[in-house]
Formats: sequence, structure tokens, C-alpha cells
Amino acid sequence: MATVTVRQLEKRFGDVHAVDGIDLSIQEGEFLVLLGPSGCGKTTLLRMIAGLERQTRGDILIGGQVVNDLPPRARKIAMVFQSYALYPHMSVYDNIAFPLKAQGVEKRSIPERVERAAAMFGIERFLKRKPRELSGGERQRVALARAVVREPSLFLLDEPLSNLDAKLRTLARDELKQFQRRIGTTTIYVTHDQIEAMGLGDRIVVMSGGKVRQVGSPQEVYDEPEDTFVAGFLGSPPMNLLRGDNCTVGFRPERFLPLLAHESQEGLVPLWFRIDRVEDLGSARLLYGSLHDTFPNEKVIVSVPFTVHMDFTPGEVYEFAVKEKEIKFFDKETGRRTEPRPFWVRR
Amino acid sequence: MKPAASPPTDPARRAGSGGALADNEKWLGRVMMAPAILYIAALVGLPLLLALYYSVSNVTVGSAGWPSYVGLSNFRHAFGNPTFIRAVWNTIFFAVVSMAIVMVLGTILALSLLKDFRGKWFVRLLILLPWVAPISLGTIGWLWMFDSVYSVINWTAQYFGIFGKRTWPVWLGQPTLAMASVITVQVWRLLPLATVILLGGLSSIPKDIQEAALVDGASVLRRYVQITEPLMRPIALVALLFGLIFSFTDMIVIYVLTRGGPFDTTQVLATLAFFTGIDGGDLGGGAAIALFLLPVLAACVILILRFARKTEVT
Repeated sequence: MATVTVRQLEKRFGDVHAVDGIDLSIQEGEFLVLLGPSGCGKTTLLRMIAGLERQTRGDILIGGQVVNDLPPRARKIAMVFQSYALYPHMSVYDNIAFPLKAQGVEKRSIPERVERAAAMFGIERFLKRKPRELSGGERQRVALARAVVREPSLFLLDEPLSNLDAKLRTLARDELKQFQRRIGTTTIYVTHDQIEAMGLGDRIVVMSGGKVRQVGSPQEVYDEPEDTFVAGFLGSPPMNLLRGDNCTVGFRPERFLPLLAHESQEGLVPLWFRIDRVEDLGSARLLYGSLHDTFPNEKVIVSVPFTVHMDFTPGEVYEFAVKEKEIKFFDKETGRRTEPRPFWVRR
Repeated sequence: MKPAASPPTDPARRAGSGGALADNEKWLGRVMMAPAILYIAALVGLPLLLALYYSVSNVTVGSAGWPSYVGLSNFRHAFGNPTFIRAVWNTIFFAVVSMAIVMVLGTILALSLLKDFRGKWFVRLLILLPWVAPISLGTIGWLWMFDSVYSVINWTAQYFGIFGKRTWPVWLGQPTLAMASVITVQVWRLLPLATVILLGGLSSIPKDIQEAALVDGASVLRRYVQITEPLMRPIALVALLFGLIFSFTDMIVIYVLTRGGPFDTTQVLATLAFFTGIDGGDLGGGAAIALFLLPVLAACVILILRFARKTEVT
């Protein structure tokens, strides 16, 4: 168990600022997700915490101790790589036993600890097999077992689910979360998949261009994005961002519903929505169109759940509404959140 | 209504006869393989058959007409000759010791070339130079360096007071030193190829795996012994196989430097076969000596290739 603190951390590759001055502190037992598009510096940040990459500037503290100059093996961490990085010439047993042997753990205790780790992930049957004889999901479990076997104080996971197919990924995500709850080890998890981030993280760090854009619980970053990048990155489809004359206005596609579909009429902002196209996804319908009289030139996507039984005809104008507090305002220049600047006429 | 489509024309016929060949995978493959097969048949297959034939005949360089069959007497004669037995042991010693040194030095060089440092390209160039230089010219250079009078090694060592004036080693004239000298040159010559092959093997090990071992807490030695070495073993075997076969069969270094001397202490099968068959005129005897290595090498190749496949990893 350990806390992790990162102070003014910077990594330059030539002229590129891969990580550009990051401050973070991770609590004991926390599941922290680093989320961002590819090239945002999240993997570099993780690799610096692991000690695989040396920072250009700044400090890294694990468990209160500055580890800037410590090699990876002195940092009491375990890492799971995107490719799993299993040792291809060793059996599953030897793969899991490797960190124990490398750290000079007492020989007699190794078999028992390997078996316990394997049992944790249900891979006891495969102990004699080579990694190439395993499926993707099984390999991923071996990688996790190899990571937990020596009881590290910090887990670093670099997109460990991205090589699994979609069905398996949902299952593995659930298992991973339960497992982390059970052992309670501080975990840093890198992903570009917002669904993984929302589902797994106690807190999410949204990154872009080597900088932290927002840190918060999944609900905070989803409901209260601090800038247009976070608003546009999270959610599928993402937040509608409509550029007005003095600010950018945003609201979530699933919060903008037909006026009559809202449970209460209180605090609603009704707007005329002109529908251009309808997409039926089964669980929801996506409506593409524009706000007829307020932002006629900006595209708007609306997600209407299947529970709303209304017919929508392309080309028609309907009365939709969104709760006033669901509307977010962003500065036109900086993209940061600003105070509300109502554009509608109060009724 | 459109008119019915005309029957599809054969694309090969449309493209003419050249096109027909280019579209016919079966024949195109054979035609493209043919030069290589002809080349091997003419320059390897035919001489091999000729050597087999010569080894059981009494042919000499002066023979006119068909030589007569003499059974295995050429082989019996060779086995009865102490120089031949000595050459067999010399060949094995020369090849095995050269390759042992080459593999160790090649691995060290490959490991250091994997790291990034200033002037890496220059070091790579230096290491590759012996391979691009013509072997015979390079070896003649060594001949001068080992010369009993002009040896740059001896003069330099004398200047620094390592050798006294009367205690110069005669590199190619003293039995132990002669073997050491030819092995040195053979190592110099084979090292570049081995290094390049080993470097290829090293770079093919995924970086993730090395980093995983690093995070797992493995020391430098453990990472090499348990991760790097096993993963590059198949490729290292290729380098070893090539080097062994070169050393077992090639005669140029020894021919240029010592001609097998002094007192046959550097005589190997390849030079002995040449001296017996070409210089001595006894083609049959030379063929028998040359063929002695064939089954040994074939067994060697099969063994190593089988081992390489077993250790191959995905």
C-alpha cells in the first residue's frame, strides 16, 4: 500500500513536451485512471512512475519517499503491459515465479505463493503451459497474477484490456475492479477508453497535450467538465458544444429530451429542435439536427432512450428541453468553464 | 436493354504471351527459381558428384582418359597418414576455439551496440569493415603484421619495452603461436557477421519483455541469463552454424598465413586436401580428405537446426 505524489513532473523528448509539468497525488488504495487520447503523455507519466523513463524535471514520491533516482526494482511496483510482456520461453508457473526468484524470496515459499496468485485468477490449470498456448484473456490473467504475486505496494497498468475482444473486455473490467477492491493496492491505470475509465476509476485524470485537464470522480468529470476538451472527450456521443457570440454552450445529448418526456417541468429550458436524421440503435435513438432558432448553424446530437415512445420525422421541428443546471458555459477563447450566460428567454 | 455481355476473355491471352507467364503462378515460380537451381547444380552439385567419383578412383592431375576404380583405398591411405589425423584435430580445434571466441565477443559487441551512445555509427562501421574487405587482402595485411622482421606488433611492443630485442615472438613460426595467430585472424574475420546476426536477434526481443523483467526486479545478470540469452538462442545458433561451417571448410586464412606450418601444426583438412589434390597432383587422395568432413558437417547442420526449432519461440 502506498501513496504516490508527483510534483512538477516534466518529460521532454527533444523539443516535444510529452509530459508538461504535472502535479498529482494519489491516495492509499485508490484506483486512479489516467485518461486521454493517444499521445497525451499518459503512458509516459506511468513509465516515469515505474522508473522505466527518467523525468526531465520534477519529483516522484512513492510512499512518501523520493524515488527519482531509484531503479524500477527498488520501487516495489508491479506493472502490467499492454502486450502483457509474458516471458514466451517460460511456462506460466515460471512466469509467475520470476519476480519472486528475482527478488530472492525464500525458495520453499515460492510454489505456494505462485499457486495462490494463480488461484486468484483461476489459471491453476495452465501452470504448465507456455504463453503461446493461451488465449488473450488467459494471458492477461497470467500477467495480472505475475504482478500480484510479490504483493507490490503499487500497481501500474498500461491499457491491459485493449488486446481483448469487446465481450471479454467488459467481463475483465468487472473482475479487475473487484480484484482491486479485494486486495486494496494503490493502482494507476492508463487507458484511452472512457468507458473503462468511468467504470474503473475512483478518480479520473483527464490528460491532453502532456497536461492534466481535470481530476475528479467519474461523475464530476462527466457532469462538470472544466473545459471544452474534457466535455468533448467524455461521453458517447460527447457533449454538444455550440459556439455562440460570447461563449460556448454545452449540454449532454441524453439530457436534452422532448419537453413532455421530462418528469418535472421545473427549471427546464425549452428549445426548438429541428431534426435532420434519425438513427435507431435499439437501446436509444440518436437524433441529428440543430437548434432551430438559437444556434441554427451548429450541429446537435440528441440521444433519446427507448422508453420515450414518440415518433420523430426528419425535417420537422419539435419542442425539446434541458434542465437549466445541465447547461454548461465555456469561455470562447480559453475553453474554460465560465459563469452562466443565459441565451434563452425565460418563460 | 443492354446487349448481353460478351463472354469474359482470358486475361492471359489478352495480355499476350509475356502476360500469360506472369499470371501463371506455377510456371512463374519455376522460371524464377531456375537460375538459382542451375547455379547450385553447376557449382555445388556437379563438383560434389565429381569429388565423390574422384575419391574412389586413382585419378591424378596428369591422368588421361577415364581413371580406374580403386574402392576405398584413398580413404584407407588418408587414415593411415599421421598428418591427416593431425589435420582432423587441428580442424576441430581451429573451428571450435575460433567460434567460441567469436560468440563471446559477438554477444558483448551486440549488447553494447544495442545501447545508444555518441559515435555509434562509427563503431558499427569499424566492426563491419573486416567483413567488407576482401578476405585474402585482409589476411595478407595480417601476414605483414605477423612478419618475423617487419611485424608492427613486435616493433611497437619493443618500443614500449614489452619485448626485448632478442626475445621477439615469431608469430607464424612457433607452433603454439602459429595456431593462436590463425585463430586470431579467423575471429577478426568472422566477428562482424556474428555481431550483425546477434544484433538482429537482440533487437527482435520485444522491449516490453525486457522492461517487464526490469520491473520484476531482475538483476543485469539474471536478465541476460534468463531472458535475453534464451530468447536470442535460435538466432545465436544460426550465427554459430554459419561460423562453424566457415571455419571447418575455409582455407584462405591458413593458406595465406602459414600454409599449414610449422610442422603441420596449423594444417587443417581444407588445406591438406588442397595440398594433396592440387599441389601434390593426387586428385583422388585430395577428394577423399575433402569428403571426410561432409558427413560430420551434415550431422552438425541437422543437429543445430533441430535444436534451433525446438527453442524457437513465438
